[in-house]
Amino acid sequence: MTTETQPTESGDIAAIEGVTPEQLRAQLLDGLPSKTQRKRAKQVLVNDPDSPPEIGANSRTIPGIITQRGCTYAGCRGVVIGPIHDILHITHGPVGCGYYSWMTRRNLARPKPGETNFMQYCMTTDMQEDHIVFGGEKRLAEAIREAYRIFKPKAISVYATCPVGLIGDDIHAVCRQAKEELGINVFGFSCEGYKGVSQSAGHHIANNGVFKHMVGLDDTPVEAPYKINIFGEYNIGGDAWEIDTLLQKCGIKVLATLSGDVSYDQITQCHQADLNVVMCHRSINYMAEMMEKKFGIPWFKVNFLGAQSTAKSLRKIAQFFGDKVLIDRVEEVIAAEMAAVRPVQEEIKAKHQGKKAALFVGGSRAHHYQDLFADIGITTVSAGYEFAHRDDYEGRDVLPNIKIDADSRNIEELDVEQDPVRFRPRISPEAKAKLVEAGFTFSDYQGMMREMKKRALVIDDISHHELETLIKTWKPDIIGSGIKDKFIIEKMGVPCKQLHSYDYGGPYAAFTGAINFYKEIDRMLSTKVWSFVVPPWKN
Amino acid sequence: MLNSTTATISERNALVVNPAKTCQPIGAMYAALGLHSCMPHSHGSQGCCAYHRSQLTRHFKEPVAATTSSFTEGASVFGGLANLQQALVNIFGIYNPDIVAVHTTCLSEVIGDDIPTIIKKSREEGKIPEGKVVIHANTPSFVGSNVTGFANMCTAFVTYLAEKSGAEATPTNVFPGWLDPSDMREIKRLAAELGAPITLCPDTSDVLDLPQTGIYEMYPKGGTTLAQLKGLGDSPRTIALGKFTAHPAAEALEKKCGVPFDALDAPIGLTNTDLFIDALRQAAGVEVPASIEAERGRLLDAMSDIGQYFHNVPVAIFGDPDTVIAVTRYALELGMVPKYVFTGATGKAFENRVHELLDGPCPAAIVKAQADLLELHERIKGDPVKLIIGNTHGKHIARAEDIPLVRVGFPILDRVGHRLFPTVGYRGAMRLLEKFSDALLDHHDRTCAEEWFELVQ
Repeated sequence: MTTETQPTESGDIAAIEGVTPEQLRAQLLDGLPSKTQRKRAKQVLVNDPDSPPEIGANSRTIPGIITQRGCTYAGCRGVVIGPIHDILHITHGPVGCGYYSWMTRRNLARPKPGETNFMQYCMTTDMQEDHIVFGGEKRLAEAIREAYRIFKPKAISVYATCPVGLIGDDIHAVCRQAKEELGINVFGFSCEGYKGVSQSAGHHIANNGVFKHMVGLDDTPVEAPYKINIFGEYNIGGDAWEIDTLLQKCGIKVLATLSGDVSYDQITQCHQADLNVVMCHRSINYMAEMMEKKFGIPWFKVNFLGAQSTAKSLRKIAQFFGDKVLIDRVEEVIAAEMAAVRPVQEEIKAKHQGKKAALFVGGSRAHHYQDLFADIGITTVSAGYEFAHRDDYEGRDVLPNIKIDADSRNIEELDVEQDPVRFRPRISPEAKAKLVEAGFTFSDYQGMMREMKKRALVIDDISHHELETLIKTWKPDIIGSGIKDKFIIEKMGVPCKQLHSYDYGGPYAAFTGAINFYKEIDRMLSTKVWSFVVPPWKN
Repeated sequence: MLNSTTATISERNALVVNPAKTCQPIGAMYAALGLHSCMPHSHGSQGCCAYHRSQLTRHFKEPVAATTSSFTEGASVFGGLANLQQALVNIFGIYNPDIVAVHTTCLSEVIGDDIPTIIKKSREEGKIPEGKVVIHANTPSFVGSNVTGFANMCTAFVTYLAEKSGAEATPTNVFPGWLDPSDMREIKRLAAELGAPITLCPDTSDVLDLPQTGIYEMYPKGGTTLAQLKGLGDSPRTIALGKFTAHPAAEALEKKCGVPFDALDAPIGLTNTDLFIDALRQAAGVEVPASIEAERGRLLDAMSDIGQYFHNVPVAIFGDPDTVIAVTRYALELGMVPKYVFTGATGKAFENRVHELLDGPCPAAIVKAQADLLELHERIKGDPVKLIIGNTHGKHIARAEDIPLVRVGFPILDRVGHRLFPTVGYRGAMRLLEKFSDALLDHHDRTCAEEWFELVQ
């Protein structure tokens, strides 16, 4: 299945397995109930990188469709806040939500010696019927008190699940009271599962809460020549550690990685950074924007997935600081790292050049991983996000034109003002203008579509039916997706790399991670398993 | 590892830490996957469905198809009628199952959606195609646990579908309760070996343990069929294997169609398997063949060969109640001393049943329902055991205390054997015996003083 019609390195995608992108699109939509078909038609598009078509992203999933998506709670507690390892996370609700978000994302952490990694503890109020009937506030207050008495944490964070919102428990009042009573920071998140159309609403709620309740609390000076934060990096499989090590080699200090192997103290001090760089734009752009407004910290988008992308991101950071010593140091590091990357990359590229990948995952990974695949000559012929918005597809230029619907209006937009004391522009207007003139972009994200092939198929919130049809028709050589799809895909004889959990491999970030990824993809594409599917007596 | 846990038993009324249970809907989803050509449908916000599918997939490493009503705030305020109706149109229009098995969630329960009325209305409005079946179970997450959800869905199979037609039916109904597909397969093998025709309900073998063929089928050949489900009511007898996950459906069938049932524990271990074989022998009116007696004999032989390593070994057993009850009995048969027997599920019935088993031989055992793994860990720290038997969530305690863990039950997220080999029957007992002894001896070999490190054991 790896031999037929290949898109060329630079050209458009014409036809794969004799089927054009337009024909495949029609096949995906064919036979759907009419209302469903009309809606899906806005989310399945043939790409034009020069002028990305408008995609119906961040809209409701149609009931009855087998979707990849999760809920607001998962985005808030599971993704953004959960990885803060030295605070207590209490899920207020029936047992399931807390249970399922217990160590199921691979946010690796190394607490300081003697400290506890609270991610190993799942805490829930395990609401029963009488709490639903009579209200759960008392139980929550008691649970917080018990948690404090037993574990003595620095802070406690509380998450609301669906029934909590419906019965009207005021978790914020309970948290305020507990904060006063216990003398530690206690705060809540109204991240009921039904609040949005996907996890994305939960990211926004989480950003707001982290900004309100943690960022800027500690002004104890942190001294270093180049101080940055990395946003939207969750240390899956140790990615954040690879990035941190690399930046250290360059002489750049990471104050906080939101949210991968990060402590409460790091977050309370991270407003002292001179720059915020954003990996996953979808889950954390809110924080970057708010910190710029309040503290004057500029931000831009980076990508440490893929050797080329990593080099580009490092250069951009160095260029921002504009210090010759740093710029030279970064070049030395890139040269040294690439010396190790290149032979592996070339060897594996020679084996797999021209193969086809399809990536359906996340709010940034379906974009970022295209770079890693491209490093070894594999073209992404189709991709889509699980929960991203139009700007993640089409670029931030479209932000002013995005229609705010009822679901998005539910999520609070914080009114952020310049901090009267701590606002400090990190770069002078003149220096900034000079950089911009030289083509440097701030607060930027061009989106996935501008960097994909012309006529690649872009599929937002892909459904089971569409995935199955795509595999049968275009026969991709490898697919990047998540746990719910993995074994469907592999039953069809196509290897699937989980890009949420990395199939318990990794790290894949930075240069060393890229080498790991190339080797892993080589393993997956070279495995003998698929050759044994037909027994010898049937050959 | 779990280094804020101490040997002091923390006093708690409101906070559950490291639960030994999860919520109802996942059980309902798993049960529904054991019907042939059935789409489990989660009526609530889509996170529930995503979490359950993910967890089931991690346990089985198999595709798990299920749909959701994808509630947003509007549905949560105005009710889920429109969402469920649209879902039914899409499910039948796109995925075309024979059966849709709807279960509720805490969200749809709190807003009070009346599922039977919605199903009725949908049928009247032609949203359910002719010949297709939609059933439902109420599975509020704030009542009971995952095992309750499994039992509620199994009960719905009976209340919706079983019929007493008066036709003469020979197969004995076997309600296996919450077991793995490998176990369901073993129960069918034992029944075939015995020459006893059975209807297994539900039956997830050939649904969640599929061969690699290069072909994906949303509805593979396995699962209890509609015809079999209807025929449950004509069967002369039901054998129900597990108080929490199998007996409720058997009771419902007795009430609805007058089918009497044998209320047994899960067939894990020697005696529990004996009881199952004996009940099936009697129900089907057959003789136990020499081949099964030989299997039993081989198990017994192994028990006598290596019994010395199990004698008086203190163990902790935790997990879902039916599994824990049956494993506790087997542990006693092997000569072990169950010291802590915990489930997160609710129910005096659990404690009563385990006390029946333990009060004679192990009066000091601590037996608890509605318990969590923090308390189990605290107790182990204060007074340790030599072996932990439970699901994957025991691995942190196992590492923290350097006690071997043998994985039994649900979920097993980090090992592969349960997908391939059964735990039930004599063969399942042989497998457990091997795992228990390997775990104990490997630990001994790794930790004993060098002068006690022996070649032969």
